[in-house]
Amino acid sequence: MERRPRSFYVLAAFFGLFVLFLYGPILTIGILSFQGPGGGLTFPMNGVSTYWFRDLFQEQAVGDIWGAFRRSFGLGLMVMITTVVISVMAGLAFRKKFRGSGILFYAAITSLVIPSILISLGVGLIFNQLGLKVHWATSGFGAQLTWTLPFGLLIMFAVFNRFDKSYEEAARDQGATAWQTIRHVVLPIIAPSLIGVALFGFTLSYDEFARTLLTAGSYNTLPLEIFGMTTNVTTPVIYALGTLTTIFSFGIIAAFLLAVWIMGKRRARLGSDAGRGV
Amino acid sequence: MTRNRHLLGWLEAAPLAVILLGFLIAPIVMIVIVSFWGATEFSIYPDFQFENYAFLFSSPVTYKVFGATFKYAFITWAFTLSIGFTVAYFLAFHIRSQTVQIALFLVCTIPFWTSNIIRMISWIPFLGRNGIANQTLISWGVIDEPLEWLLYSDFSVILAFVHLYTLFMVVPIFNTMMRIDKSLLEAARDNGASGLQTLLHVILPLTKPGIMIGTIFVVTLVMGDFITVRFMSGSQRANVGRLISNDIGLLQYPSASATAVVLLCTVLIMIAILLRFVNIRKEL
Repeated sequence: MERRPRSFYVLAAFFGLFVLFLYGPILTIGILSFQGPGGGLTFPMNGVSTYWFRDLFQEQAVGDIWGAFRRSFGLGLMVMITTVVISVMAGLAFRKKFRGSGILFYAAITSLVIPSILISLGVGLIFNQLGLKVHWATSGFGAQLTWTLPFGLLIMFAVFNRFDKSYEEAARDQGATAWQTIRHVVLPIIAPSLIGVALFGFTLSYDEFARTLLTAGSYNTLPLEIFGMTTNVTTPVIYALGTLTTIFSFGIIAAFLLAVWIMGKRRARLGSDAGRGV
Repeated sequence: MTRNRHLLGWLEAAPLAVILLGFLIAPIVMIVIVSFWGATEFSIYPDFQFENYAFLFSSPVTYKVFGATFKYAFITWAFTLSIGFTVAYFLAFHIRSQTVQIALFLVCTIPFWTSNIIRMISWIPFLGRNGIANQTLISWGVIDEPLEWLLYSDFSVILAFVHLYTLFMVVPIFNTMMRIDKSLLEAARDNGASGLQTLLHVILPLTKPGIMIGTIFVVTLVMGDFITVRFMSGSQRANVGRLISNDIGLLQYPSASATAVVLLCTVLIMIAILLRFVNIRKEL
């Protein structure tokens, strides 16, 4: 093995600092959330306790954290499933280079780069003028999709750019119908990437703030609830909440990554099961 | 058969098209319409007047706030690009094992899937008056009294932007770097190029598409932001997003809409310029 150049160690140190920069703050509030009952928002630690976590499970003076969590979780699942289904369909569509696909593609890119507050404001205005009530499951749901779908679509582009068309041709030559080809050949091959799309769909929705702000209505999602707390909660209870929801996010991410990993292992052992459909 | 292809394509793309029509195009159209409406203290009424725009362009606040927005975007861009490029370069060219490479790449991307609000809140114990930074600097004897400008300042706003958005640079730059044919680097070295020359004359030009995509992300995210500036500056700084959200808070939807239209045009023009340098669909 070639010897490492000196620049390697400099860059490795830089990378280490970058990782510290990324994770340091969140670790700090993780530690601070174990403040003693009299502790404040900064160090020093005033004893160590789980007081603030227990406090979270008690009746809060403001808001409804657990209701917000349930709503965010439900909305995340809704957005996740919708994002996967719509992205796959659109990914398949874009391979056909249908007329007008360019416009649709630019609309999707616009959806990604448009300042989020415009979606919030515009959707809010439309619902308002139509006399409809904004609600997290209707206007909030649609507004979040404008954020998750472009990511799903870009992942599908990346997937299909690397897709070997000969698998499909082989299936067709053997007499598979268009639907059978998709169901038994294409979908199994792209399955791991779909887990990636699902991960984006769920986590981006679960943490979405700006596009949900004016579109969630009177029942807050968790990020809105947390933001509300920042203005009137001055105890480490907010750190405890931050720690819990971050641990929850890490758990979700780990579950998705594990699923991809297991799928890869299985595939390496058995070979692709694409085309083995009954 | 070809008609069939177009039809089938549209059928498969229909759900995407419907969502974008209903929740992207229609809201933009609505904002443009409302930007010509009038407003009283409590309500808005349909009208066709240019007063909202006239007021916007005649107010010195507008120019100041747009200036601040560009300033945030530019400084954040410079930092995220230099940090992101260095990190991506390290991952792509200095890590030899693919497993380690994937693992480290994931380490960089995982924060993206967690809450931005929490990541902002998590800076408070660091930057506050009695925070870790001040305590450390005082104990080292670097300063005698706590620095006041660490939190609720331009500094903390930009720090948070860099913290939140650097990975939008790392991912596309890493992606393009991984496609660079390694034999090009060997060729450069065989011809006597130094490490720095290879970096500047081979790697940097080939990484340009990734840099452009990262730039588009960072610039648009910072330009459209309203929450980071509000939270990290303790409401003491303003950008265009905050101007809009303040108007919304006062129920001045027409004036918020006019500002939003101008912001959208600014962002789209910048992207159109950036897109001249890169073909996104080819880069994925």
